[in-house]
Amino acid sequence: MNLIFEKSVKGRRSCILPKCDVEPVALPENLRRETAPRLPEMSETDVSRHYTELNKQVHGVNCGFYPLGSCTMKYNPRIDEEAAAMEGFTNVHPLAPKSTVRGSLEVLDTLRADLCEITGMDGMTFQPAAGAHGEFTGVLLIKQYHDSRNDTKRCKIIVPDSAHGTNPATAAMCGYQVVNIPSAPNGCVDLEALKSVLGDDVAGLMLTNPNTVGIFDENILEITKLVHEAGGLCYYDGANLNAIMGVVRPGDMGFDCVHLNLHKTFATPHGGGGPGAGAVGCKEFLKPFLPHSAMMEMPGRIQVRAFMGNFLVCVRALAYVMTLGREGIPEASTNAVLNANYLMSRIKGTFTPAFDRICMHEFVLDLSQYEKETGVSALDVAKSLIDWGMHPPTMYFPLIVHEALMLEPTETESIETLDWAADVFRKLYELGRTDPETMHGAPHHTPIGRPDEVKAARSPIVRYDFA
Amino acid sequence: MTIKPELQYSKDHEWLKEEDGLTVIGISDFAQDALGDLVFVNLPEVGDAVTAGEAFGDVESVKAVSDLLSPVSGTVAEINEELLDAPEKLNEDPYGAWIIKVSDVTATEELLDAAAYEAFCAEA
Repeated sequence: MNLIFEKSVKGRRSCILPKCDVEPVALPENLRRETAPRLPEMSETDVSRHYTELNKQVHGVNCGFYPLGSCTMKYNPRIDEEAAAMEGFTNVHPLAPKSTVRGSLEVLDTLRADLCEITGMDGMTFQPAAGAHGEFTGVLLIKQYHDSRNDTKRCKIIVPDSAHGTNPATAAMCGYQVVNIPSAPNGCVDLEALKSVLGDDVAGLMLTNPNTVGIFDENILEITKLVHEAGGLCYYDGANLNAIMGVVRPGDMGFDCVHLNLHKTFATPHGGGGPGAGAVGCKEFLKPFLPHSAMMEMPGRIQVRAFMGNFLVCVRALAYVMTLGREGIPEASTNAVLNANYLMSRIKGTFTPAFDRICMHEFVLDLSQYEKETGVSALDVAKSLIDWGMHPPTMYFPLIVHEALMLEPTETESIETLDWAADVFRKLYELGRTDPETMHGAPHHTPIGRPDEVKAARSPIVRYDFA
Repeated sequence: MTIKPELQYSKDHEWLKEEDGLTVIGISDFAQDALGDLVFVNLPEVGDAVTAGEAFGDVESVKAVSDLLSPVSGTVAEINEELLDAPEKLNEDPYGAWIIKVSDVTATEELLDAAAYEAFCAEA
């Protein structure tokens, strides 16, 4: 299809602006642009059709199964959208006097109490805009804590090799040296490897539990104890909280601070670039280092974002927590785990799980043997799934598994959908053995087949060429 | 897969050779094939210290970013700046596209000759 700039017709408009009823004021000369912005000129009908056409070319949770591992692409209930669309929340101004926004403040207060209960933390900020920003804020808490004690020799953060790429990036952005430790053969933290790097130069450990291969680390109490004994703090990456919320708490595992992807675990549609919310919770002793916000006045402390962060994401999160309640929250997690194990057991016998044991909310398939036998790669299988109307799983991640496909079905999928998905995987497993060529060329039924990812990365075109 | 008989190899799939008193380092054909099409190369600066077994830079494919591990300890004497704009040279000509040259080498990882490296790759 044509780009919106190609559809532009000079002089065409889609709205009639009301007559200006105030005296026009000219901007100072030095602030004015020299050329007019080249915006597309279209009628409202054509704009609407353009975006509807784009909409047909994408796949969302509302279109079909979306088992993108590590991303928790679950269905977000409409009621949470309705709450976030209420005028009392959408029409507030961040500088409005507090006495006029009591309801909004109560939302944040209530959500803070509920999420502290779910995570086992004592304080929380909603400022960070999304997950990686939350990580950054969380690790800054650790840094400030050590600095406040004049413990300045701690320059290292330990990150397991199965971690999300954002973890080492966060540690580096906070000025720390990243120490990678290899995983044990079962995908969990290797205690001996951990011990060998612990010392008085370690500021902390960043960890997800369950980890990136969907396994709950049984040594977690020992791990956090070892880090604490060395004087370090433990940071919990909330990426995989959907497996354990209401069942086990990061605070009880020994973590000192945690970030939550509210957009992911607590019902804001995500994956399209935001807005998100990376709430950061911490234990009592780290509360003095939380960022300043309009609600929790902490003069002299920094802010990590303007005002109170992405407030409407918090409204959705509160609506989600309140509709599920004390019984529903753990039920969502146990169903996420049940669905993952059900799907894994239905696929088993064809593609091979990388770790053949009970998983948490997600699992990884290892296609390296299959690829050797058939020449069909994880990429080929992923692309073939698109023709069946399924979003591909996460590919080639985590790096510790070769030819990896990582599936996270989430709790909002029915047994019929899981059965259908397992059947599709089984069919593709057979197809790869009989007709690998078809799979090398997949997808065959989409407007775009296989974009040249290498060319896109080497010489990206990121703006329209008007010339 | 090509293995050049005149080169030495590390178990991290880098090749080495001595040239004009410097140690020239690149990645093997096996390495470039396993990494896939490279889209970005991150190199050290001339004068930086490198340590045997530790990263001196990284390469990025559409799949992942991977560390380049130095087989020697020493000082970076030259970098192949051409790779910054043309990372695909590592795929096209892994033994021609050297990455860094190191001087004042003080330590070296365990190295393999071509035959031993071929056996090592066969097991990998």
